[in-house]
Amino acid sequence: MPAGEEGLTGTLTPSLYLSPACGGGKSGGGDCQGRTNSASHVFEIFGIPSQALFSMLLLGAINGAFYAMMSLGLALIFGMLNIINFTHGAQYMMGAFAAWMLLNYAGMSYWAALILAPIAVAFSGLVLERLFLRHLYHLDHLYGFLLTFGVSLLIEGALREQYGVSGQPFQVPESLRGGVNVGFMFLPNYRLWVISASLTVCLAIWYVIERTRLGSYLRAGTENPVLVQAFGINIRRMITLTYMLGVGLAAFAGVLAAPIYQVSSIMGANIIPIIFAVVVIGGMGSIMGSIVTGFVLGLIEAFTKLIWPEASAVVIFVVMVAILLVRPQGLFGVRG
Amino acid sequence: MMRLLALAVLIAAALAAPFFVYPVLLMKVLCFAIFACAFNLLFGYGGLLSFGHGAFLGSAAYITGHVVKIWGFTPELGLLAAMMAGAALGLAFAVISTRRQGIYFAMITFGLAQMVYFAALQLPFTGGEDGLQTVPRRALFGLIDLSPNLSMYYFVLIIFVLVLLAIWRIVHSPFGEVLHASRDNELRAVSLGYRVNHYKILLFVLSAAIAALAGGLKCLVVGIATLSDVYWHASGEVVLMTMLGGVGTMLGPIVGAALVVGIQNYFAELGAWVTMIQGAIFVVVVMVFRRGIVGELAPLLQGRIGKRWGTAAGGAAMLPPAAAGTLNHTDRAA
Amino acid sequence: MRHSAALGFALAILLAGPAQAQTAGGGVKIGVINDQSSIYADLSGMGGVEAARMAIEDFGGKALGKPIEMVTADHQNKPDVATSIVSKWYDVDNVDAVFDVPNSSVMLAVQEIARKAKKLVVVSTGATSDFTGKACSPFGIHWTYDTYAVAYGTGKVIVEQGGDTWFFITVDYAFGHALERDTSAFVKSAGGKVLGALRHPFPNQDFSTYLVQAQASKAKIIGLANAGSDVINTIKQAAEFGIARPGSGQRLAGLLLFDSDIHSLGLPTAQGIVMTTGFYWDFNDETRAFSKRFFERRKAMPTMVQAGVYSAVQHYLKAVQALGSKDSLAVASKMKEMPINDFFAKNGRIREDGRMVHDMYLAQVKTPAESKYPWDYLNILKVIPGNEAFRPLSESECPLVKKG
Repeated sequence: MPAGEEGLTGTLTPSLYLSPACGGGKSGGGDCQGRTNSASHVFEIFGIPSQALFSMLLLGAINGAFYAMMSLGLALIFGMLNIINFTHGAQYMMGAFAAWMLLNYAGMSYWAALILAPIAVAFSGLVLERLFLRHLYHLDHLYGFLLTFGVSLLIEGALREQYGVSGQPFQVPESLRGGVNVGFMFLPNYRLWVISASLTVCLAIWYVIERTRLGSYLRAGTENPVLVQAFGINIRRMITLTYMLGVGLAAFAGVLAAPIYQVSSIMGANIIPIIFAVVVIGGMGSIMGSIVTGFVLGLIEAFTKLIWPEASAVVIFVVMVAILLVRPQGLFGVRG
Repeated sequence: MMRLLALAVLIAAALAAPFFVYPVLLMKVLCFAIFACAFNLLFGYGGLLSFGHGAFLGSAAYITGHVVKIWGFTPELGLLAAMMAGAALGLAFAVISTRRQGIYFAMITFGLAQMVYFAALQLPFTGGEDGLQTVPRRALFGLIDLSPNLSMYYFVLIIFVLVLLAIWRIVHSPFGEVLHASRDNELRAVSLGYRVNHYKILLFVLSAAIAALAGGLKCLVVGIATLSDVYWHASGEVVLMTMLGGVGTMLGPIVGAALVVGIQNYFAELGAWVTMIQGAIFVVVVMVFRRGIVGELAPLLQGRIGKRWGTAAGGAAMLPPAAAGTLNHTDRAA
Repeated sequence: MRHSAALGFALAILLAGPAQAQTAGGGVKIGVINDQSSIYADLSGMGGVEAARMAIEDFGGKALGKPIEMVTADHQNKPDVATSIVSKWYDVDNVDAVFDVPNSSVMLAVQEIARKAKKLVVVSTGATSDFTGKACSPFGIHWTYDTYAVAYGTGKVIVEQGGDTWFFITVDYAFGHALERDTSAFVKSAGGKVLGALRHPFPNQDFSTYLVQAQASKAKIIGLANAGSDVINTIKQAAEFGIARPGSGQRLAGLLLFDSDIHSLGLPTAQGIVMTTGFYWDFNDETRAFSKRFFERRKAMPTMVQAGVYSAVQHYLKAVQALGSKDSLAVASKMKEMPINDFFAKNGRIREDGRMVHDMYLAQVKTPAESKYPWDYLNILKVIPGNEAFRPLSESECPLVKKG
């Protein structure tokens, strides 16, 4: 092991880490794409170089798609069950962990995990709904909020106890590595995948809710459950399935996040305040509201990262307070 | 007779406690008890769940720390400054958030608290995540040195009793009656001519000022003011304390605060288990113990007397179902 | 009411009560306080506690003829929890010395408490160099590393090796600012240039916008002045964007990176990153011997701070035994008198400002192909001698240092 001098195992030769930008030295697999950004195309908009602006817009839209999908689950659950599902963050985290476990212990592929992990977590949601939430529907929102808050603490504490906080290794799957040069930046394939998957899922759900018969039952059930039950539709089962769907969406987002965000017990707690803000701004229970707001907020956040990076965490709340003052029911909410 | 005896026992216990239990821990419990009582004033008696009360606790700690350490004033002035700042901040919060109810109200207070956190992080005088350190206790009114833990304890105890009396007075007053009425049925109260919104704002300001007092006291007790007081976990913790102890009861928040601080201290060696225990408590309280410990125990103990102190001024201890109905209606947006 | 009040209060006291005074057996009692549940739990946490335990066992379990006692606590990364626990330890529980203490704000607070109580505190995990600078105390000793040493190693030495243009991604925290500031100073003094710096809120999930700008700057080194989940997310996303891969002309430099972070990232993601560390488990036979024993207990190789806790506790106990007393100031002087020669440090010594000076190492994370066995993560590129790595006494702001 030791070579020559005790302990020194390598040398800091320039070629080890500082080959000339592109074209020279060893490459680790052709990763010189997209490195050149022709300076001649860069112009400034309000003092911000166009290249930075466009990359910001693209990255913001991708994050926005992510937020949209997660808040969609929350909005669904609130609309149907009248429960403010604070556990959403923990369920997102469970999705990522479930995927990691499937990859690590069962040797499955990322794609298999993408289907199985949300299903597994959705079943945990079934348990939660049957055991606890069911008894809270008729009560004030705040009880559901507090209960799900408690459950999220339980889940996060348990996983932290077991796995620590540094996170688990999780790589981008082989088929999605690398990226494309879109002129103003290098876009990883994985991000392309994230935005396509999120958009597809969001639109699919929106379509089901707004345009299909099943969706109409759901919407009717939120307005008048007794009457819908009188028509012979099993409201209880619909409620449970809706909760499972919402939870499954959160877990799906978690699996999408696993390769690019740290898979750890605290990942849910970091994202949940943002998702809540999105849902509240969009109008709780409004599907389209969550989708649109998710995207817009993703863009606003990215923009803030460009011009005032330190404030990018708080800007969403400023927007939330501002919107709620002007339009109290949220952008797409209906005033009861 | 029994009541006098019980009162005597209580007073004796309070006076003798620092000789049995580490005084700093006792003082922390008292500070958090004051904080929880302030929160309970707004939530239990006013029906407004604020998820941003940590902002008052934390900012007051910074103000007191600054006034006492940097400007060199005596502690009571530091506390006074904190209370005024807390009231002002509470006014700002109240004016913005009382336009909404229920979960929206909670979310607005949460958002505002996040902004206060951001300000605390960015402003140079707070010291960022290092916080304000080595805040001295100095001498009360310039006469009584509060550095020894024992003296400080009795000072905190006196403040605590004064706060309890003040809250009792607020609740059992015409002002309190109007609040109670509006909690049960806001529309009717409005139709009777009461400007309910103004009452809510005033209640919020009072609650914020008392929470600020708790924050300032805490800063003097532990000698530091840090970001963790302004972070939303502090706001979540006070909800836990109040729910566990009993919403809308006089003593619930105190018991809840004692238990939560005790758990944090006693189980400090167990690490992540503390979080799990807190989560489990939330679940159990919501499912089974909705009136909290005091709310459940008090009726069991002593019929009428228990009811008087174990429940809100003449009313139910948990969120009245009527309010649940109105909230459902106005806040749902399908 | 009074009944329930009495009940309530009694209940409260009873439950708060168990945190009571422990009667001292009269022997040496040490306390280990660190973060066991929050973001820094894997750096030290229960591993640090285990290291202290091993140190006591290896010492024989007894000092001054009586058994050595140890108490531990989790401060959850909160300064007020930490201060109340440590105050109680010193005032009531007769703890003689406190070890580990992660988190810069906590260690500064504890420094003051130790100063007032006239008892020792030996920091292993905490980073700020102010501990032996402005805030120095005769009762405070800083063991494993500090922000200056890291900035020196990663800043200056890399510039000397050719990494002369830098771009920082910094956490918007006083600690992050300090790390960036110190490293920038070294970069510039060595002839390098800082092309830009961006600050992100704590904690932050998505670093794509920051990384894209860092990439566009074409700086040879992207310095990561953040830690914990932030640095892990930054590195993961850098890998995703193909930034700082071998051959790209850019490299990542982690200013506060630990073995536990690399373990959770995995080599394919973390390969090539440059960092400075105070200890590496695989450096020589002695370090390997200790680390294998540690591994048997914790199923993980020791990080530099965990190894530092072992070394610090051992040195303290040796000093107490040699002196024959546990009087804090005397023990501190004895510790400063005795050199440290164990697996952790060779010819290490504690200066009058409390700084333990020992060799630091510039390291680079191996590629997966180079790694032959579990935890085989680092290539040690250069040994940085102790008297270079730490702030020289001539520049010290510590009042205890006599200027010539």
